[in-house]
Amino acid sequence: MIYVNDKKVEFLENETVKELLKRMKYTFPNIVVKINGNLVKRSDFSETIVPDKSKISAIHMISGG
Amino acid sequence: MNNKKNETLRKKLINSSVGIAGAGGLGSNVAISLVRTGIGRLVIVDFDTVEESNLNRQYYFKNQVGKLKVDALKENILRINPKIKIDVFNERLVKGTMHKYFKDVDVIVEALDNAETKTSFIEEVMDKLTEIPIVSASGVTGYGNIDRIKSINMGNLHMIYDKNAKDSDKDILTAPKVALIANWQANIILEILLGEDI
Repeated sequence: MIYVNDKKVEFLENETVKELLKRMKYTFPNIVVKINGNLVKRSDFSETIVPDKSKISAIHMISGG
Repeated sequence: MNNKKNETLRKKLINSSVGIAGAGGLGSNVAISLVRTGIGRLVIVDFDTVEESNLNRQYYFKNQVGKLKVDALKENILRINPKIKIDVFNERLVKGTMHKYFKDVDVIVEALDNAETKTSFIEEVMDKLTEIPIVSASGVTGYGNIDRIKSINMGNLHMIYDKNAKDSDKDILTAPKVALIANWQANIILEILLGEDI
């Protein structure tokens, strides 16, 4: 089991951040992702594996400021 | 007002510094709120000029239209506190060097407009200035729906977030919501600088 934005989500072996975001239907291009407190850059999404029991925050950045 | 407590707050803040990336709706309002509270030093970076259309939410005045935002904001800040230390940079933040203006501040505010730039700025600051807390905001458009807005604390990254807001090119920007989120950012900055109680 992993936690995405405090929601329980099934753990999948060898799943990358990119694949997880796709599974969660987070389709926005600009997302800030932290796994267990550590930032994962967008350029590392397709290489970073999500470990079991991870706590993941995924915040999409919306234009306007 | 508890004068003793207020004195403690002023003393702590006079020795504190905040860096602000972007002097639009968020950045200009954060700056004004912080100068009123007694922050000692501000570093502000923006490339833009004040436009008529900014006056519905950004802390500028009609006679400042056409001026550089950093100059106009500095002018407004000094009208509140002429003693504040303030460094302004009329520069566009470019990937790779975005963080360089903010190396010696206590807290950094992400007050940028474009979603891609916002994300790049967070990635770069968190990578290069690992010890400095960053206070960001995502979803400032529209009005109302206040119970939808959340403050999320992710270690050194603090985010004010309205996940249902639309991008600014698809919605309106209003003074109440923009200033509310800017002041929410300023409120978190106080918490970071002062701790829970003084």
